[in-house]
Amino acid sequence: MYFDTIVAISTPIGEGAIGIIRMSGAEAFEIIESIFKPFGKDPNEDKKMVYGWIMDGEEILDEVLIVKMFGPRTYTKENVVEINCHGGLVPIRAILSLLLKKGARMAERGEFTKRAFLNGRIDLAQAESVMDLIGSKTKRGYDMAMNQLEGHLSKRVRTMRDAMMNLMAQVEVGIDYPEEDIEDITYSEILESLSTVQHQVATLLKSANNGKIIREGLKTVIIGKPNVGKSSLMNALLKDSRAIVTDVPGTTRDVIEEYMNIGGIPIRLVDTAGIRVTDDVVEKIGVERSKISFNEADLVIFVLNASEPLSDEDLDLMEHVKNKHAIVIINKTDLEIKIDENEINRHLNDKRIIKTSVEKEIGIDLVENAISTMLLDDDLEINPSEIVSNTRHINHLELAHKNITDAMNATSNHLPYDFIEVDVKEAILNLGHITGESVEEDLLNNIFGNFCLGK
Amino acid sequence: MVRTYHSGNYGCIVVGAGHAGCEAALASARMGVETLILSINLDSIAMMPCNPSIGGTGKGHLVKEIDALGGEMGLNIDKSFLQSKMLNQSKGPAVHSLRAQADKNKYHMEMKKVLENTDHLHIKQAEVVSLDIENDKIKGVLTATGAYYSAETVVLATGTYLGSKIYIGDAVLTSGPNGLAGSYALAENLKSQDFELRRFKTGTPARIDARTLDYDEMEVQWGDQDYELFSFMNDHVELDEMPCWLSYTNVGTHNIILNNMDKSSLFSGVIEGTGPRYCPSIETKIVRFKDKERHQLFIEPEGRDTNEMYVQGMSSSMSEDVQLAFMRSIPGLSRCEIMRPGYAIEYDCINPLHLKLSLEYQNIDGLFSAGQFNGSSGYEEAAAQGLIAGINAALKVQGKEPFILDRSEAYIGVLIDDLVTKGTDEPYRMMTSRAEYRLLLRQDNADLRLTQRGYEIGLVKENRITRFNTKIQMIEEEMKRIQALNLKESDLNPILTAMGIPTVTQSVRMGDLLKRPEIYYKDLETIDNTRPVHLTKDVIKQVEVTLKYEGYIKKQLQQVEKYKSLENKKLSADIDYYSIESLRLEARQKLDEIKPESIGQASRISGVSPADVSVLLVYLEQTRRRKSINE
Repeated sequence: MYFDTIVAISTPIGEGAIGIIRMSGAEAFEIIESIFKPFGKDPNEDKKMVYGWIMDGEEILDEVLIVKMFGPRTYTKENVVEINCHGGLVPIRAILSLLLKKGARMAERGEFTKRAFLNGRIDLAQAESVMDLIGSKTKRGYDMAMNQLEGHLSKRVRTMRDAMMNLMAQVEVGIDYPEEDIEDITYSEILESLSTVQHQVATLLKSANNGKIIREGLKTVIIGKPNVGKSSLMNALLKDSRAIVTDVPGTTRDVIEEYMNIGGIPIRLVDTAGIRVTDDVVEKIGVERSKISFNEADLVIFVLNASEPLSDEDLDLMEHVKNKHAIVIINKTDLEIKIDENEINRHLNDKRIIKTSVEKEIGIDLVENAISTMLLDDDLEINPSEIVSNTRHINHLELAHKNITDAMNATSNHLPYDFIEVDVKEAILNLGHITGESVEEDLLNNIFGNFCLGK
Repeated sequence: MVRTYHSGNYGCIVVGAGHAGCEAALASARMGVETLILSINLDSIAMMPCNPSIGGTGKGHLVKEIDALGGEMGLNIDKSFLQSKMLNQSKGPAVHSLRAQADKNKYHMEMKKVLENTDHLHIKQAEVVSLDIENDKIKGVLTATGAYYSAETVVLATGTYLGSKIYIGDAVLTSGPNGLAGSYALAENLKSQDFELRRFKTGTPARIDARTLDYDEMEVQWGDQDYELFSFMNDHVELDEMPCWLSYTNVGTHNIILNNMDKSSLFSGVIEGTGPRYCPSIETKIVRFKDKERHQLFIEPEGRDTNEMYVQGMSSSMSEDVQLAFMRSIPGLSRCEIMRPGYAIEYDCINPLHLKLSLEYQNIDGLFSAGQFNGSSGYEEAAAQGLIAGINAALKVQGKEPFILDRSEAYIGVLIDDLVTKGTDEPYRMMTSRAEYRLLLRQDNADLRLTQRGYEIGLVKENRITRFNTKIQMIEEEMKRIQALNLKESDLNPILTAMGIPTVTQSVRMGDLLKRPEIYYKDLETIDNTRPVHLTKDVIKQVEVTLKYEGYIKKQLQQVEKYKSLENKKLSADIDYYSIESLRLEARQKLDEIKPESIGQASRISGVSPADVSVLLVYLEQTRRRKSINE
């Protein structure tokens, strides 16, 4: 099959000293050779850095180092070229548009990895980990993706799959050689093997929830009526945290989303416009968005103004907050206290209540602590290699768990072996889908659903 | 050079009259195609050179399927069996497997009789020495005496005869099985025409004299009293049963073998062919499983009119004196006399990867092959392939589409798909575990799966289809009856109590009651007043299995649906896999060699990874889109 040539900027866009542009595909070498003028002779060797100019006709665009990597011993198994040029938007953009003019196409997100998978360089779990890696927001997410990339998940799942295969083999011997001098495996032996694997699958599944939080971040929504200090609180939290990644630029004033990092866990912080009833058309849109954000939130930070008595709007919000994972902030405690704390306690008695003055920088650390302790089940040690975070993996693990449970029920009811095996086989298939050892069309459709198939 | 002369023209010529050849020739002739079957010796038609039995796990399923499609094996063993056993009865219905001991001579005679009395079928004793292939198309065959027969199709079913050698100790004999002549000129001819031949081997134990055995030192083995038959056409066959006998080897036996290892042709390195792992010789078993203190063996009669007894489990190619010595160390055999020594046989076979699913050669129009020549082992595996090759040869002559059974339809489909897609490194044996959907592919429902299909291609005749339709109707009526029949709690509870099952508080439909795993038809006999008298075991079995295992059957049907979706994505034979660069090299080679007919088949090729399969899917999608743009 023919894959066209794709190109992407591999370094973050910004004011770095150098920028790297990567190109992969059938015409990668042809394209670079048409615009690159080496100082001296181009040795045309695998993985050798060559110094020279990128030329747009007669015009010198930049002074660069290029590396040619010969397929199939590359990440995508195709011919790959890396151009190390000067950092900054202007030179990178100029070279990129020249490459596009010469026939390369902008790579889609994760497309290099898709090719690596398509070309058989990495297995499915690994491919998905790379995608996660690219999208990982914090060190922990990164570690987790790295671990999966190194095949930890595949290895663990493979072990379970092997155990099930072993069990099958033992059952099959008895079926296909009924007259041989071999003892049939007993129901209790089958049950024992099944329950061991069931336990392993369950452990992986238990980690799944935390895995999702680590990968996608904990969606935390700040609500409160206008002027209680939501934005200031958000800014204060962001200022304190390291590794801030802006995900959604302020396309709308209604919902602002920022990332912060508390204890290695990414927090997706959302400032909302509020969810009150309004007749204003523009505001209505904002309120709708806020409501959606609020409903999706893993955690709600509900901000009240200590210097005002509770309003109807506050009470209305309390009703919404009641059923959520929430922290209640009583802000502006540096001013005269007019709020009725007992009333708050009465409505939100199970919630943690923290008093702050964002203005005077009082209590911000308490908020951070409260968030991080609420993040994860306290008893759970987070070990990246033990965490499953990919939705597809989780689905297959859940299915495998059900198959094994069904098989155990059949075993307990002493159904014939050939029936027990129907579910065992299905479990093997589902586990195989995680490592890519079983093929299923749906799976491929899912994975390549958004994949542009070229010309 | 002998003078050659044109001797006739046929639609289909079958080379070899073993189990594959007989089914192929009968199928083709019964479908109305003028068919010629050639055998080196007409006294070896349907010969059983190894074990005197038909069926067994997986194999029994094949025989039932052959019968359901209108083949002969099931009918023939029903005429010639000595005892019969349903294996795996303690396990579920999917793996129940029928096996019958055969009277070998009777089996041969009965099959010969059928062949001789089939219209459109011509039988000749002749050794084929070359195939006439012109412009990648089969034209005819030439025999050793110079007769040339032209044909539109040829089915090769040479079994173990092709280039065969016999090994007994250090004696190497240029001979076919059982002292018959081998086929050597044809082997040379095939090689000269670039057929890729390889060497496989198999073996058989000694036959001993029934008069020299001490039966009270062995355990008698009878068949089932309430025996089942192979053919769906038979309700009952009278039987004068003959027993088998069970005995065990001991340390003494093992020592004799170990001390004489230098006299084993298997271990001295003279045999180059690959043997089957699942059917090891006794010397292999002893070397490989040193810790096992004894191995069991069955002494089985070879027929009603002979004293020859087959010693199952003791296949050996050690020298004759060693064979006698270790046999005599076994209880019951201490004064036994060997009538025929055991031997190993090595023969030429092809790489089945070059066949299509129809068993026609990818690149030789009209040439088909079946049986051990394709790398399988066993009478039943051979017969199954013979049947399909014969059917497809006839269909080709008639200008019709090939008949292909897939993995979800029949064990035959599994067998052929395995051979053609995965190939085999040892003689291939059918096993139930090879079938993914075996809950659906039961031996009891082979007719429900296949008889209609056999009728559509013209192999199943009116008598069978009428009988089949009656059965279907009975099943439907009975199903309706018991789903409407209410059993009163006052009638039912005494039975449940007697069985130790909790009683019911209101009346229950019989159909619902039978869903419970512990309740069967026979338990309800006394209170089921409207039960039709003519209800057969067959019908009851279908009703019970359908009800009891409904949930599992449904599950398996869902799996089949998924399987079919990949199977329905067809790959055309002219795809240039070498131009698809994102396929790994190994995958390109394998795909080019095997030329899979669907994505599903491609995914089963060893050396084609899931990543390669996704590449193929993308390729198909690209081709489709390009096409739709062009249109």
